Amino acid sequence: MSLGDSASALGKVEHTGSAKHGGGHWLNEKVLSAGLLLLGVWFIASLVMLPALNQRTVVQWLRDPTGAIPMALFVVASFRHALDGMKTVVDDYVVDEGNRFALNTFFFFIAVGGGALALFALARIAFGAQG
Amino acid sequence: MLVSILHRITGAGLSFLGLAMLTWWLLAAAGSAEDYTLFTDVVTQWFGRVVLIGLTWAFFQHLLSGIRHLVMDTGQGFELGVNKASAILTIIGSLLLTAALWAFLLGVVK
Repeated sequence: MSLGDSASALGKVEHTGSAKHGGGHWLNEKVLSAGLLLLGVWFIASLVMLPALNQRTVVQWLRDPTGAIPMALFVVASFRHALDGMKTVVDDYVVDEGNRFALNTFFFFIAVGGGALALFALARIAFGAQG
Repeated sequence: MLVSILHRITGAGLSFLGLAMLTWWLLAAAGSAEDYTLFTDVVTQWFGRVVLIGLTWAFFQHLLSGIRHLVMDTGQGFELGVNKASAILTIIGSLLLTAALWAFLLGVVK
C-alpha cells in the first residue's frame, strides 16, 4: 500500500493542524522507539552474556563505560517511552478532560521521579561509591 | 486487533511493573550486599519468577508488535493476509523468545 505521491505521508501532514508540529512529534516518538528497540536488545543480550547476575558481576559491568553508558540511555529512553505510551493510552480512554489532565500530570511526575531515581542508582554504581 | 490490545497492555505493564523492577534492581546493585540479596531472594521465589517471566514475555511481545507497528508506519503490511500473519508471528515469536531466554537463565540450556 502506498501512502504518498510526491511527498511522504509524514511530509504531507507536517506543519498542518493547530499546533503545526504534530508530525515532528510523531516522528520523534518513532525514532525513540527504534532507539529503545536497539537498547532493549542490548539489555537482554547483556544479561545473557554476563557470566553471572550476582551483585559483584553486575556492579563490575555497570562501572565500565561500555555498560554504564548504554544503561543510562536505556533508562532515559525507557522512562520517556513509557511516558509517551501512557499519555497515548490516557488520551484514548479517559474521556473527562480534567481527569485526563490530572492523570497525565501524575504519570509525568512518576516518570521523571522514577527515571531520576534509576539514574541516581546507576551513577552511584558507575562512579564507585560502593566497594 | 488482539495484538494491538496486547501492545497496549504489555506496554502499560512494562511501564509500571517493568520500570519499577528495573529501578529496584539498579538501587539494589548500588546498595549493600543485603539490599541485593533482598532483591534476588524475591525474584527467585515462585511469585517473583512469575513476575519476571511475565515481564520478559511482555517485553518480547511489545518489542515484536512494536517492530510490526514501525513497519506499518512506512505504509507496508496492510494486506489482510500479511497483516494477520505478522500479528500471529509476534505472538509465536514472543512465546519462543521467552521460553528460550528462561531455558537459558534457569540453566536448562548452557
